[in-house]
Amino acid sequence: MRRFADLYEALDRTASTSAKRDAMAHYFAEAPADDAAWAVFVLGGGKRRRTATSTELRAALAAETGYADWLIDECYQQVGDLAETVALMLPDHAGDDGDVPLHAWLEDRLPSLARLDSATRVETLRTWWRQLPRPQIFLLNKLLTGSLRVGVSQRLVVQALAQWSGLPTDILAHRLSGDWRPDAHAMGELARPARADEHAGDRPYPFFLASPLEHEPASLGDIGEWIAEWKWDGIRAQLMRRAGTARLWSRGEERLDGRFPEIELASLQLPDGVVLDGEILGWAANEEHPLLFTALQKRIGKQKPGPKLLADVPVRFMAYDLVEQAGDDLRELPLEERRARLVRLLESHGPTLMLSPEVKATDWQALAILRDESRVRLTEGLMIKRRTSPYRTGRKRGDWWKWKIDPYTLDAVLLYAQPGHGRRSGLFTDYTFGVWDGDTLVPVAKAYSGLDDAEIGQLDRWIRANTLERFGPVRSVPAHHVFELAFEAIQASGRHKSGIAVRFPRILRWRHDLAIHDADRLDDLRRLASG
Amino acid sequence: MDSDLLLPRPEGLYCPAGDFYIDPLYPVHRAVVTHAHGDHARSGSGHYDVALAGVGLMRERLGAGSSIDAHAYGERFAMGDTVISLHPSGHVLGAAQIRIEGAGKVAVVSGDYKRDPDPTCAPFEPVPCDIFVTESTFGLPVYRWPHMSSVIDDMLAWLDECKAQNVPAVLFCYALGKAQRILAELARHTTRTVFLHGAMLRLVDVYREAGIRMLPTAPVSESARGRDFAGELIMAPPSAAGSPWMKRFSRASTGFASGWMRIRGARRRRGYDRGFVVSDHADWPGLVQSVRDSQAKRIYVTHGDGEALIRYLRDNGHDARPLRELGGAMPDERSSEEGD
Repeated sequence: MRRFADLYEALDRTASTSAKRDAMAHYFAEAPADDAAWAVFVLGGGKRRRTATSTELRAALAAETGYADWLIDECYQQVGDLAETVALMLPDHAGDDGDVPLHAWLEDRLPSLARLDSATRVETLRTWWRQLPRPQIFLLNKLLTGSLRVGVSQRLVVQALAQWSGLPTDILAHRLSGDWRPDAHAMGELARPARADEHAGDRPYPFFLASPLEHEPASLGDIGEWIAEWKWDGIRAQLMRRAGTARLWSRGEERLDGRFPEIELASLQLPDGVVLDGEILGWAANEEHPLLFTALQKRIGKQKPGPKLLADVPVRFMAYDLVEQAGDDLRELPLEERRARLVRLLESHGPTLMLSPEVKATDWQALAILRDESRVRLTEGLMIKRRTSPYRTGRKRGDWWKWKIDPYTLDAVLLYAQPGHGRRSGLFTDYTFGVWDGDTLVPVAKAYSGLDDAEIGQLDRWIRANTLERFGPVRSVPAHHVFELAFEAIQASGRHKSGIAVRFPRILRWRHDLAIHDADRLDDLRRLASG
Repeated sequence: MDSDLLLPRPEGLYCPAGDFYIDPLYPVHRAVVTHAHGDHARSGSGHYDVALAGVGLMRERLGAGSSIDAHAYGERFAMGDTVISLHPSGHVLGAAQIRIEGAGKVAVVSGDYKRDPDPTCAPFEPVPCDIFVTESTFGLPVYRWPHMSSVIDDMLAWLDECKAQNVPAVLFCYALGKAQRILAELARHTTRTVFLHGAMLRLVDVYREAGIRMLPTAPVSESARGRDFAGELIMAPPSAAGSPWMKRFSRASTGFASGWMRIRGARRRRGYDRGFVVSDHADWPGLVQSVRDSQAKRIYVTHGDGEALIRYLRDNGHDARPLRELGGAMPDERSSEEGD
């Protein structure tokens, strides 16, 4: 793992994407193929089962250092990352000279660790730590407990692979899509020359992602060159009908087999060799609009939904693109043509497979008026797609735009704060906000983002100087600062003390101009939730 | 009563038995100053007592017209009903711990200190006492300093990389203490000339006048306009980062030398390319060791929130308390921005 630790260090110490790409391409060329394959997997954000719990890591650290649990917690609050906290607190030691390769860690050592009972796992961890230099202790802990975040996107990994292999990025992205298994053979396969039937097989196409529209839509020119659709608030997925089977892949390129049986069943009526891109939505029979995303959330986690859940939250597939037909890759065809074929394909299908309708307007202003209906229709706004656009790979600006509706806003008072993680570790950046319920402030939302670094620093100092009480890492502060929060949806909730739940809250601005009594009142939010 | 010897007041830490202040934040009649960092050495007081080794720096900071008595380390002198002596704290050139003997007790105010070797100042001297006042800037066990030699190796490797890539290397660090320590450490390995930001020039000169051997230096400001700094090392205070001054060093690789660089999140947040773990303060083992070495019956902790260090010391049988428990009124918390 020494070579991988060197790569990690090289990636961690530069903010330059080209330097990161070079470092990865160099590693792919130099490292043994089985190690390189695992590096592709891990750096690309591939998911693995966690092999040790954070409780076990803490127990091993306490046993190894003799430090009390409270002191380990204090350190963790400062560092914001348990893997790093462990690496920093362990005593210095020589470290064994033997280097266990990355693939051996991931294929042999970690899976066998997972099979041990908890006490033996803690002992094994301590033995490993004593044999590793500090940077590798950190990496091992990262691999044990979760993902490795080093400012590398999957897209950048693909670019590095392209640099290494000399192949175009879209082919590599496709080869990596789906449940790509990292081993030496797969690494070799990534680099082989492109074939005509490249797209066939078990893998979804890399998703084409829209960019947020930051200017007036009129800046896009003639509305006649564009197709508008509702922006559905569900699970983006590709529905694959190949070789007699139906399969759903999420946008996170996870297989959703068995989770949405009604969609799989309905799609068996489709001809073979078809791939649709669309959205899985909760949708009750005979209803005009979909269910809230929160209803759909109940289905996401369920591998095998039972009859009650299937009845409570039935789902539909809202198709908006056709990327493969009769086994042919259609991605280079203009959207107009793909859509025309999609319309014909879905003509004779029941409600479970729906066509995302075109939102027609003669000019941008008329479209803006239609967009105002988004909330009533339980959509997030509009998608605007260029009629001539191919189905591209990843987030490429210019052809597909999401024109989301303006969020709801509320003014709320800062009540609690706790330290953040990653680059915000050691700073109070996770805030809880409240609104007025009579004479008291009740918490309604937590938000982590939206302030700039200077504001974060200023607020951090204020929180430290004005702490009222501590509850573990959480500090309560006097009601003083008012913030404007944005959020996407609001609904009644029995699980929250306030009786409401807001979706995706974030800070819009620090309202120095408002006093705490100017903050919103819970009654008004409740009305909004019920209306 | 410990407060016969030490009593926090709004102006700073006061010694009633000796009638003087230690590192006052506001003008007082008589001050004993531990070291020359701006948050400890404030001008305007009637009279100052400082360590002889740091008197040059003190004159820079306090103004040439100030009334200053300089004392050799270990020299005993009377102040009111107390006898005072100054002892090296290993923090920066001339930095002192203040030993106060009076009311039948000995108190040591250690000021800022470190235990790691530093070619620019005398090493920390453990001074046995009854009452020990310690800082706790880095009061958590995650703060443990690597050997300076390995940090210097990293720094030299970075300079080689910058040379190979033909870009300037701009190293940010505090102008008093840290910059001179790095210049002195590097002088063991190279003879190159280092270019300095204006804020560092005078302080480097004062160190040279005190006989500290460092790399040759040249002011950036005296280089010809348009001079190419590719492959060169430039040193500047952190306040220069992101300022127009940096425009001279296009494509520069930037580094920051500070104890805070021990934590990856702190490194990433500041956006420097490289972090070098170098501190003028004691790390956790240094703090704990110094408390033990003092043999003090009572420990007072200042700087930072210090709560973890206090609790740890209490768990390990020491009578440790926050300085504010001495009563009186604490001055505003000093910023630990300077000298980390």
